[in-house]
Amino acid sequence: MRFRDYLSLFLVIILGFIIFQAFDGTIDNGLNIKQFGEVNLSERTSIHYINKDVNNESTQIIYNESKNPESGSANYVTSIIANYRALDTLGEITVLFIAAAGLAFVLGDHNKNNAFASDASFIVKIGVKILFPLLFLLGIYIIIHGHLTPGGGFQGGAVIATAILLKFLAYKDYKLNHTGLTILESFAGISFLIIGLIGLYTDGSFLTNFLANGTIGTLFSAGVIPIIYILIGIKVGAELSGIISNLINA
Amino acid sequence: MMILSYLLILLMIIGALAAVLFENLLNSIISLGLISLIAAALMFILKAPDVAMTEAIIGAGLTTSIFIFTLIKINRGDSQ
Amino acid sequence: MAFLNQWAYIGGSIILILIGLFGVLTRRNLIKIVVSIGIMDTGVNLLLVSLGYINGGLAPILTATNPTNNLNFVDPLPQALVLTAIVIGVAILALALSIVIKIYENNNTLQIDELRGLKL
Repeated sequence: MRFRDYLSLFLVIILGFIIFQAFDGTIDNGLNIKQFGEVNLSERTSIHYINKDVNNESTQIIYNESKNPESGSANYVTSIIANYRALDTLGEITVLFIAAAGLAFVLGDHNKNNAFASDASFIVKIGVKILFPLLFLLGIYIIIHGHLTPGGGFQGGAVIATAILLKFLAYKDYKLNHTGLTILESFAGISFLIIGLIGLYTDGSFLTNFLANGTIGTLFSAGVIPIIYILIGIKVGAELSGIISNLINA
Repeated sequence: MMILSYLLILLMIIGALAAVLFENLLNSIISLGLISLIAAALMFILKAPDVAMTEAIIGAGLTTSIFIFTLIKINRGDSQ
Repeated sequence: MAFLNQWAYIGGSIILILIGLFGVLTRRNLIKIVVSIGIMDTGVNLLLVSLGYINGGLAPILTATNPTNNLNFVDPLPQALVLTAIVIGVAILALALSIVIKIYENNNTLQIDELRGLKL
C-alpha cells in the first residue's frame, strides 16, 4: 500500500502544476483569465444583467423609482436564477427529484427499528417546542422576500428542513406523512411547468414573465418571480425533509 | 481584513489535511463541518451574501447531520 | 505580498481540490471516500465564487444606500451558478451514503479491499 500512496501523491502534484498554470493571470494563455480582482465587467456578459437590458441600450435603474424595467427584482442573483436563466433552475429541480427518489427507493423499508433508543431530555423538548414555529416563520419570510434581500427559495427550503430535523432529534417516535409530502412536491413541480407553458402561449417563449413588473423595491413587484420562488421553496423543503425522514426511519 | 482572510485560508487547509489523514471517522466528519463554516465566512468576505447563507445552512447543518445518521445506522462510531 | 494577493483565494481553493482528490485515490474506508468527495465540492464552489470578485466592489443588491446601477458591483453570474451547485452537492452526498448503508448491510465490512466481485 505504500507504493500506491506515493504514486498518487506524485500524480496529484503534477496535476496541481498543470492547474496552477491554467489559472495564472499574468501569462497569456488562451483562456482569458485576468488577475484576481482586476476584472473589467464591460467585457463580460454580466454587464447586460446589471443594466437590465440585453439589447445594448443603457438604461438607468433607480431603487424605488424605476417602473417596468426588463426584470423587476432588486436582487440581481434572483433575477438571474428565476428570470434570465430559469431553464437551469428547471434542470436543477429535476436532479434533486431524481436523487430524493433514488434514496427513497434504496432505503424505503420502514419496518425496522428507530434510530434513537429514547426521547431527549426535558429541556430539549421544551426548547424545540418554542423554536419550531419561529424557525418555520423565518423560513417562510426568507422565501417570500427573495427578490428584495439575500435569500430565496433554496435557502428558505433548507431552513424549513432544519426545523423538521429539530423535531426528529427531540422525539423518538416522530413520523412524517409521506403521502402529504408527495402531494406537495408534485403540485409544486407541475405548477412550475404550467407557469412556463402559460408564458409560451401568451408571449412566445418558454418561462417568460407574463405579469406586469411594478416599481423596483416594493413587495408586490417583479411579476412572476416571487411565485416561482415560492414553488421552489415548497419543493426543496419537502424533498430535504423526505431525505432526512428516510435516513432516520431505516 | 486581508490578514484575517489569509489566516482563515490557512486554517481551512489544515482542516482538510486533518479530515483526510485522521483514522477516527467522527473526527473526519467534524472537520468537514469546520471546512464548510470557514468557506461560508470566506464567501461573505468576497461580497456574496446569497451563496454564504446557502453554504452555511446546507454545508454545516444538513451534511454533518446526514453523515452522523449513517454512522448511527452502521453502529461504528469509534473504530476504523 | 503581491504574490499572496494574487494567489491567496485561487491557490487555496485549488489546494483544497487536490487534497480531496488525494483522499479519493488513497483511502480504503468507504465513508472516508465520501468525505473526500464533499471536500472537493466545497473547493470547486469557492473557486468559482472567487473568480468573479472585483477590488472595491459591492454586493449585487439594489438597496436604499446603493440605489443606482452605475456603482461598482461584483459579478453576479458565478454566484447564481454556485447556488445551484451547492444544493445538488448535498443531494449527491445523501444518495452516496444510502448506497454505503446497503453495502454494509450485505457484506458487513467497509474496507474496499474485502469487497470483491459478486457473491453467490
